[in-house]
Amino acid sequence: MSTLAQPKRAPETPSPKTKKVQKEVGQDRAATSQGRWAFWLISPALVLLAVVIVYPVVNAIIMAFQKDQGLDPVTKVFVQGGPAGFDNFVHWLAQQCGSAACAPGTLGAQFWSAVGTTFFFTAVTVVLETVLGFWMAIIMARTFRGRSALRAAVLVPWAIPTAVTAKLWFFIFAFDGIANKLFGTAILWTGSEWPARWAIIISDVWKTTPFMALLILAGLQIIPAEVYEAAKVDGASAWQRFTQITLPLVKPALMVAVLFRVLDALRMYDLPAIMTQGSNGTTTLSILVVDQIRQGFNSAAALSTITFLIIFLVAFIFVRFLGANAVASATPKTTKGQDK
Amino acid sequence: MNTRKYLLPAAVAGVLAMSLSACGGGGGGSTASSGGDAAANLDGRGPITYVQGKDNSNVVRPLVDKWNAAHPDQKVTFKEQSDQADQQHDDLVQNFQAKNVNYDVVDVDVIWTAEFAAKGWLQPLTDKMSIDTSKMLPATVKTATYNNTLFAAPQTSDGGILYYRKDLVPTPPKTWDEMMSMCSIAKQHGIDCYAGQFAKYEGLTVNAAEAINSAGGTIVGDDGKSTVTSAAAKAGLNNLVTAYKNGNIPTQGVTYQEEQGRQSFEDGKLLFLRNWPYVYNLAKTDGSSKVKDTFGMAPLPGKSGPGASSLGGHNLAVSVYSAHKATAKDFLTFMTSEETEKFYATQGSLAPVLSSLYDDPTLVQQLPYLPVLKTSIQNAVPRPVTPFYPAVTKAIQDNAYAAIKGDKSVDQAMTDMDTAINSASQ
Repeated sequence: MSTLAQPKRAPETPSPKTKKVQKEVGQDRAATSQGRWAFWLISPALVLLAVVIVYPVVNAIIMAFQKDQGLDPVTKVFVQGGPAGFDNFVHWLAQQCGSAACAPGTLGAQFWSAVGTTFFFTAVTVVLETVLGFWMAIIMARTFRGRSALRAAVLVPWAIPTAVTAKLWFFIFAFDGIANKLFGTAILWTGSEWPARWAIIISDVWKTTPFMALLILAGLQIIPAEVYEAAKVDGASAWQRFTQITLPLVKPALMVAVLFRVLDALRMYDLPAIMTQGSNGTTTLSILVVDQIRQGFNSAAALSTITFLIIFLVAFIFVRFLGANAVASATPKTTKGQDK
Repeated sequence: MNTRKYLLPAAVAGVLAMSLSACGGGGGGSTASSGGDAAANLDGRGPITYVQGKDNSNVVRPLVDKWNAAHPDQKVTFKEQSDQADQQHDDLVQNFQAKNVNYDVVDVDVIWTAEFAAKGWLQPLTDKMSIDTSKMLPATVKTATYNNTLFAAPQTSDGGILYYRKDLVPTPPKTWDEMMSMCSIAKQHGIDCYAGQFAKYEGLTVNAAEAINSAGGTIVGDDGKSTVTSAAAKAGLNNLVTAYKNGNIPTQGVTYQEEQGRQSFEDGKLLFLRNWPYVYNLAKTDGSSKVKDTFGMAPLPGKSGPGASSLGGHNLAVSVYSAHKATAKDFLTFMTSEETEKFYATQGSLAPVLSSLYDDPTLVQQLPYLPVLKTSIQNAVPRPVTPFYPAVTKAIQDNAYAAIKGDKSVDQAMTDMDTAINSASQ
């Protein structure tokens, strides 16, 4: 956020008011040629972005308004479906198949449960990962023997590819796997609803907590030690130092970390796809999209557009929330000193 | 200022959401009318490409080398795909949509043949392109037939086999009820009775279809409409539901794919196992197998005789976009010849589609499951041959799974399955 705001302010602040009037004409010309120059410099990047981001998104939206191919009753060959209007969106949002409600066993009947599952996974995993990640970051920030060894060890789960992680936990949670042997239980981890969900949450937390810890650690390390010393001299307790100093100062980094994790978790695919194939109430939106691609591209495009809008909305709420915060702490005071 | 305050977050959110979800879009649609493509290049000869999934047992390359030695001016290039079925399917779809002329002969799973044929991507094997299917097992030809037209040449087949413990059960059960009554033997020895593939994936469709077909029911009729609400179909699914409820299928059975069941059987913890022929070699030779000399094989049990197995296997098809269809057809004939089929069976343990090979003494000596497999394939019913297969299999899996686990009644499951199958083909 701050990087986006800085260049805007930069030309304003150094020019004193008196000189501004004299130099205005020359400055304008310089600014125009500079602007043109800048345009040519950034245009390759813009073209690249247009090709890899704008084109697929726009194309998906166009496809979302087309009917899926249907079978010609006479020749038994697929023919183009033609324009669909909002039918594809109604199909998902209202769970309508044709004129009736989608029957269990169709993808259409799973939309809202998939939305629920996705948000459930997101909420639970992000909360757990934030709490555990914070704790790990605080430990890693301390100075002690073997700190670098610990940091390296913590990173191992994050370094393992998700597909491998999923297979690993798939075997751990098998009926005669380690989890059941260790606890002497006979739980069908991947074969019944809540155990399956928790199995996925546990694997996700195991895998991504290090990522969270690392981002928070980066935030912790920019807090100067003097602030803590000053607070100690003033007689602040450990808890007060945590809530009054650590938390507010680490908040920007923490928020970015949480935002990344939330967006990441909202498109969770590989863990449930490998561990449960989406059975037992673990079908996320991304799994639904991939399943639908094999049944009809245009419905899948509508579904991925809906998914896109959902993620957009969540991201917007976060950035708005974050952005407001950043603006509030940046604008009123250019002088030193933080107040709450 | 105020608008900027809103615009900036919106823009950032947009970019983040886009970059994170941009991979979700699908490919574009293409026209399906291809009457022109199917009529073109029928006499074309020249180099072609053969596309198949990963050649795990290294049987394709020697065959391609053999062909190339005999046809220096019509060389075949072998393009190997990944070993994941879903990825092979998607790769074929993308290349057909792009009308890739370099995908001349393709290897398609039996369950994709109807879909690709209905999309107009496969060359009908009629007139100049026709091949001889009279010596092939009829069920395998059925998997390659869509709308009364042959679209592919059956190449390899596969059927279900009942593995049983001959030290505990001297004569294998012929019917489902007989097998269920033998479960008391399993109980006496403290082992599980029966397992197949009941996790929610394609294997469940195979097993549910076998249960339904063996009881005399069907899943879809000739018109492609669902027929699962018949009493026979319900009785078939009910067999599985009852067996799971009373423990004849163990609790963990709903997490079993092929490998978990095989593991349990080889550990001596399972009396009856429904699985594919590949288990034979592993159960015989695995160091950890405890049943090396104590297991036998039999056809799947049915209502009053052998059950109706589902069919696995692959078909060979010619792309309508191929420029050298005459060569492609010759290669098809070569790849489904008796000699090739025999090579496939001995080198790759791939079940042949020619019925004569099942009685070949040298082959039977090497692959003792062949006679049982022949019975299995002779009684087999292909999984629904429909261009909407992905939706149909999903409807079967979801509802059969819920019924087996007891989440809904058999009646309800079949009603839902019926609606779901029919809404798929609208």
